[in-house]
Amino acid sequence: MNERLALAHSPVVSMDAITKTFPGVKALDQVRLDLYPGEVTALVGENGAGKSTTVKVLTGIYRPDAGTIRIDGKPVTLSTPNDASNAGITAIHQETVLFDELSVAENIFIGHAPRTRLGLIDRAEMHSAAQQLLDEIGAPLNTHTLLRDLGIANKHLVALARALSVDARVVIMDEPTAALSHKEIEELYALVETLKTQGKAILFISHKFDEIFRIADRYTVFRDGAFVEDGLVTDIDEDGLVKMMVGRSVDQIFPPRQHKIAEDVFEVEAYEHPTEFADISFSLRRGEILGFYGLVGAGRSELMQSLFGITRPSGGACRINGTPCVIRSPADAVANGIVYVPEDRGKQGAIIGLPIFQNITLPSLGRTSRSGFLKIAEEFKLAREYSTRLDLRAASLDQDVGSLSGGNQQKVVIAKWLATQPQVIILDEPTKGIDIGSKAAVHAFMAELAAEGLSIIMVSSEIPEVIGMSDRVIVMRDGRIAAEISGRDLHPETLVRHAAGITTTPQLQEA
Amino acid sequence: MSDIAVQTRHVPDRLNSRAFRILRSWEALLLAVTVAIFIVNSFASPYFLNAWNLSDATFNFTEKAMIAFAMALLIISGEIDLSVAAIIALASTAMGLAVQYGAGTPELVAIGLAVGLLCGAFNAVFVTILGLPSIVVTIGTMSLFRGISYIILGDEAFRGYPSSFAWFGQGYIYWVFTVEMLLFVIIAVIYGVLLHKTNFGRAVYAIGNNPTGALFSGIRVQRVKFILFLLTGLMSGVAAICLTSRLGSTRPSIAQGMELEVVTMVVLGGVNILGGSGSIPGVVIAAFVMGLVTFGLGLLNVPGIVMSIFIGLLLIGVIALPRLWAIAAQSRKA
Repeated sequence: MNERLALAHSPVVSMDAITKTFPGVKALDQVRLDLYPGEVTALVGENGAGKSTTVKVLTGIYRPDAGTIRIDGKPVTLSTPNDASNAGITAIHQETVLFDELSVAENIFIGHAPRTRLGLIDRAEMHSAAQQLLDEIGAPLNTHTLLRDLGIANKHLVALARALSVDARVVIMDEPTAALSHKEIEELYALVETLKTQGKAILFISHKFDEIFRIADRYTVFRDGAFVEDGLVTDIDEDGLVKMMVGRSVDQIFPPRQHKIAEDVFEVEAYEHPTEFADISFSLRRGEILGFYGLVGAGRSELMQSLFGITRPSGGACRINGTPCVIRSPADAVANGIVYVPEDRGKQGAIIGLPIFQNITLPSLGRTSRSGFLKIAEEFKLAREYSTRLDLRAASLDQDVGSLSGGNQQKVVIAKWLATQPQVIILDEPTKGIDIGSKAAVHAFMAELAAEGLSIIMVSSEIPEVIGMSDRVIVMRDGRIAAEISGRDLHPETLVRHAAGITTTPQLQEA
Repeated sequence: MSDIAVQTRHVPDRLNSRAFRILRSWEALLLAVTVAIFIVNSFASPYFLNAWNLSDATFNFTEKAMIAFAMALLIISGEIDLSVAAIIALASTAMGLAVQYGAGTPELVAIGLAVGLLCGAFNAVFVTILGLPSIVVTIGTMSLFRGISYIILGDEAFRGYPSSFAWFGQGYIYWVFTVEMLLFVIIAVIYGVLLHKTNFGRAVYAIGNNPTGALFSGIRVQRVKFILFLLTGLMSGVAAICLTSRLGSTRPSIAQGMELEVVTMVVLGGVNILGGSGSIPGVVIAAFVMGLVTFGLGLLNVPGIVMSIFIGLLLIGVIALPRLWAIAAQSRKA
């Protein structure tokens, strides 16, 4: 492989000294990035390093303030998404932008559908061409299926087929695996290999190091909007990459925990829901981190949302500090000191359109105001306190929360809830899709909060996180509690077995 | 470079000063438009700069603006009420009916407000409890409320309002200042404070920007929306009292088409029709803009139909202007 890479071949796309400034923030500062045909280049960096901005520059959504983009050595201007598409650059985004109400074939060919002589869409031709593309990538999909009936993994396949249909030479994959299961990820890898053999240049953005080392040929590291280094993946190890990303060495992965777990704070008894979960009973102690592990669809988020009052359970009771609590709405939950940091940051967490400080104070307005009247100075005071505590990176507190990177938006959402001084905080996939630096910060912060006496429920699908952070883990399967594990029994294997419902005695452990 | 200490970054509260933000705001642009219209008008007609004429001109917008303030909050929250003019018709009809049974001014005011509130509650139940889209519900109630007025009144008109009732629409507080102007100012201040200075107003913005996020932040979204529909109904009741008092009679066609003028005023005032942003000062200035334009054109003997063309062009023009400006600025840079 090394030999092949060493061959002197020139990049398809080459970004040189690209600079992009937003009010108050230099998103990209003279960065360079080269993409080679038949190779996967991983773009690595913390949240806010400028990865998303780079993608937007390449796809014609943002126009750079300075610098040149060359395609096959010739300078080009990509002023619109159309220009980028014509130049053969296509992107598959974190949340792939497709049309739910259209069929698979229509999604693939929207904007460039084959036409009949009368100028109408040639549906037969479109479906057969779509089928051909899907076959090429080995996607077992019916071209007539409506997109809304597909899962995320299959939507990615459609997006990919779409990318191939425009004869793309450059495919940008922005966290393509974020929402995929293990098996689906393997399928995606296979697909990336296919694309490579077809000579496509691939830009791969991911926070997961195992992925980068598995499929990338080259890496480029950005930090705080600036280029740090690039090279061949074979010449670097994980530790080296992390150092480049954060500009410091990350010696510990999970913070040490102080175990001062005391009395029960929150008790849930026989919670049930007609379709999502049944027979859920557990208790949470002061200063404890209780992990909830399970496969996607095990009912964890649904349970958490009903504890937070979003959905009404059909039965069961809960007690906070021994007092029965009636939770009919999120407002009731907040009043009882129970708060929820949702998995879907953009939709359920942050209120995009409102400035950072207003996002942070929204559930605490009762405290920052006087008899219903806002006190802006008090709001800034509270927002400042918690944004400092979470090391929020922003140009100002008056900035729209939507202009922040994912990791910083997550910090705003966590800050919003901590500012209410809750007793129980439910974190649903708290580090999903955020970079390794922010991740470590969130973990350290969780440990700190638990040490201060906050009780934490953490829903996570990442086994190292579950094991590294939790005092106790509840494994859910098919809407029920499959096991409660703590102490020495906390093994990755035990978790996976309970989550998947494998009952035979583990043999690997003996080996 | 590899071992930079992690330092706590200080995030400033705001980057731009208050003056800068005001200067760049939509409201500032609208104010400039208002001044321009005022100047053009005073040159175009010798009758324009007359205190009594200007005072008369305020009737062009005061009643609509009362509703527009409540409507602004409703639209910011992501909902709309198109039944406001029909509520005026129904409230006015109810008052006219009460007059036939000998009701006095206090009873009439109470009836006007009560009908407004009830109609608002009726809309609110369908939108917030049944979860139906407000645009559909209020198009329905628009026909329903006015239809009831037509059934009660047919081709007739209610007259015979007590003379003390005329105070609301025809009275003067001092010199050229009318009772309606006073009401306009009071209501503007109340809604301005409600939207910009209270927790309730903050909730309205949060809901308009992201209703799911607002719910997940512990805001009682449906309750806030219910109150907004009640307020819009109530303001329609107030407008019904003023308008009925000014006209001295009730016909079922009263305030026909006014809902569109109210929505126009709100949008012209810078409220995003999709919800999430806008301000009361903006709506106040928009009210003046619309009032001045219709008055100026009236003095020039421009017929009403042409006037609506002007209002339409004004709306599109003022909305397109900042966009055109941005495009021009961008192409100059490139």
